[in-house]
Amino acid sequence: MKLKQLEALLGNLQQFSNPKVELEQYPTGPHIASRMLFTAENSFGDVSGKVVADFGCGCGTLGLASALLDAQHVIGVDVDPESLEIASENAEDLEVDIDLLQCDIKNLGWTGQIVDTVVMNPPFGTRRKGADMDFLFVALQVASQAVYSLHKTTTREHIKRSALRDFGACSAEVICELRYDLPQLYKFHKKKEVDIAVDLWRFVPRTN
Amino acid sequence: MRLLTHNMQACNIKGVTNGFPFRVEAEEVMEKQVDFNADFLRNLFPKIEWKALVEASRAMGYHELPDEADSSLLDSDDFLQKFHRALPQLHLEEGAFVCPETGRKFPTALIKCI
Ligand SMILES: C[S@@+](CC[C@H](N)C(=O)[O-])C[C@H]1O[C@@H](n2cnc3c(N)ncnc32)[C@H](O)[C@@H]1O
Repeated sequence: MKLKQLEALLGNLQQFSNPKVELEQYPTGPHIASRMLFTAENSFGDVSGKVVADFGCGCGTLGLASALLDAQHVIGVDVDPESLEIASENAEDLEVDIDLLQCDIKNLGWTGQIVDTVVMNPPFGTRRKGADMDFLFVALQVASQAVYSLHKTTTREHIKRSALRDFGACSAEVICELRYDLPQLYKFHKKKEVDIAVDLWRFVPRTN
Repeated sequence: MRLLTHNMQACNIKGVTNGFPFRVEAEEVMEKQVDFNADFLRNLFPKIEWKALVEASRAMGYHELPDEADSSLLDSDDFLQKFHRALPQLHLEEGAFVCPETGRKFPTALIKCI
């Protein structure tokens, strides 16, 4: 599949109809999402034929993109049943299969080393401090090959240190720096759109 | 919901110590055609809890998997074909995962494991 095709398909997905502020529900736009998964596949071979988990999948964008790029098995996990419902409709529209689990990432408790790759756009941790770190910690425990994640550029040093020193990653690289348009979903944002700098990371877990 | 997900998910509601594997209650099962990928299956085999897979597939009406399996079987095309039918192809469309310790049921439309 070509990048443009992937971006167009992702652009047609339904997104959060009533975003929940406390869960930091905003979608990864089709531009960023398509490049994130395209890079994972074409530069690193981490998607096609792999078992991919999408943490905090929301309406499924990243997991569905993985399925479109021929991941062998995709599992989306989110704590919010309403967005999982939308994710399941999106999967049906695209005619791809993904398994969906309602679960708080902190309680996931997966066994074994079945997952190859985790893709995620976790909460930045602006509503609940440390939410981003919970996601990263669990992702590095379950993935055997790679973790792709988006984090605010302002937290770069902290992320790198935590991943390498505390979560046992054997590498942590910023693959590219992005501008992320947070639409004005939330009343406490005064401007119409908040444009923030975000890093796309690739982590390699210790088991490799 | 497919059996690969079943194979990694334990029931982790508070207080449960032995939540793996979920028992499967099947109401509607579907087998969907998926491209056969022998390398994927060979790679996956050592990571799978075989017994959990066998029991869950039987609960879904699929009886082709042997009770025991070791890696020598991975040379057999017949075995790989059967493994393939169970793993990527079987879908639990309606039914429930049942916690082996508490008996609590989770409808598979949305497996909840909080
Ligand atoms: C920034 S959104 C990203 C949504 C989607 N992955 C995407 O890329 O469009 C973060 C998602 O994480 C979910 N979430 C927040 N806290 C969570 C938690 N503790 N466990 C599981 N999911 C959580 C939210 O419901 C939301 O869908």
